[in-house]
Amino acid sequence: MDAEAAKLIGAGLAAIGAGMAALGVGNVFGSFLESALRNPSAADGQQGRLFIGFAAAELLGLLAFVVSMILIFVA
Amino acid sequence: MAESGKIDPMHQFAIEPLFGTDHWSIGGFNIAFTNSAAWMLLSAVVLWIFVAGGLKRQLVPGRWQMAVEFFTGFIDKLMLENVGAAGKKYVPYVFSLFMFILLANLLGLLPLGIVGVHPFTFTSHFTVTGVLAIISFSIVLMVGFWKHGLHFFSLFVPHGTPLPMIPVIFPIELVSFLVRPFSLGLRLFVAMTAGHVLLKVLAGFVINSTNAGAGYGVLVGVPSFVLMVGISALEMLVAVIQAYVFALLTSLYINDAEHLH
Repeated sequence: MDAEAAKLIGAGLAAIGAGMAALGVGNVFGSFLESALRNPSAADGQQGRLFIGFAAAELLGLLAFVVSMILIFVA
Repeated sequence: MAESGKIDPMHQFAIEPLFGTDHWSIGGFNIAFTNSAAWMLLSAVVLWIFVAGGLKRQLVPGRWQMAVEFFTGFIDKLMLENVGAAGKKYVPYVFSLFMFILLANLLGLLPLGIVGVHPFTFTSHFTVTGVLAIISFSIVLMVGFWKHGLHFFSLFVPHGTPLPMIPVIFPIELVSFLVRPFSLGLRLFVAMTAGHVLLKVLAGFVINSTNAGAGYGVLVGVPSFVLMVGISALEMLVAVIQAYVFALLTSLYINDAEHLH
């Protein structure tokens, strides 16, 4: 296989990670809303933890993006 | 672009010297005043004007003072919740950090391209966000070692760890601690880069499809443009969230330094 083609295929495969992070971020906010609607009075106190979870889940998707960008533009 | 050229979404991140320049160098490094530096200066000036306008200290605040007090109160509450009373002395730092990043992200999104000025989001460069992250991380290290001395290393051994587990837990916690500045800087840099690349790619779709003919323009260009409007709104949300996350994680790390576990 041509090296250039392999790079682009690799970048495409790395993009799967971005989709997986979408699942993760959706899960964070989904679970938060689910429990926040059960106990709305406790929801405001958990906002910080919500964003910590969001940041952690999002970072992995962003890493997948970095990998694909490196494959396309740098490698 | 009659040829409907190749879309170059990365061109917007190119750093160009504005004036001055090939001759200004220190130790072989060019220190020309670049577009990145110009936008940093602009966001610092905007931040200064914003805060200076709110320093009237009226008993019944006006709109401007209310806006400034909202942000200071927001950061004050953040530090109180995450660090406790000891967090009070870090409020100025975290406030400056938050507002600087927020203004950088938002100013970089301004649609000034229509009047010929190209906004530059300097938070889309790892050098910038990396340095901001390293500043936060150095504060954590300095405070940690200053307050707790070598006892600071107990941060890497959580309470109640069984003795045989310590040799395993310690390196894991150490690595997860050392990787913090990278993840902190990387998150902001990539989130901003990804959004701007996405917007440019969609803009390329609009231009190229319209050039290819009216039919393509309606079929591809119009939906792309509608999507661009939506994504722009999302980007504004991301700009705020990323600034908040940066401040939030900084406050958590400071909490670790202040109170260990």
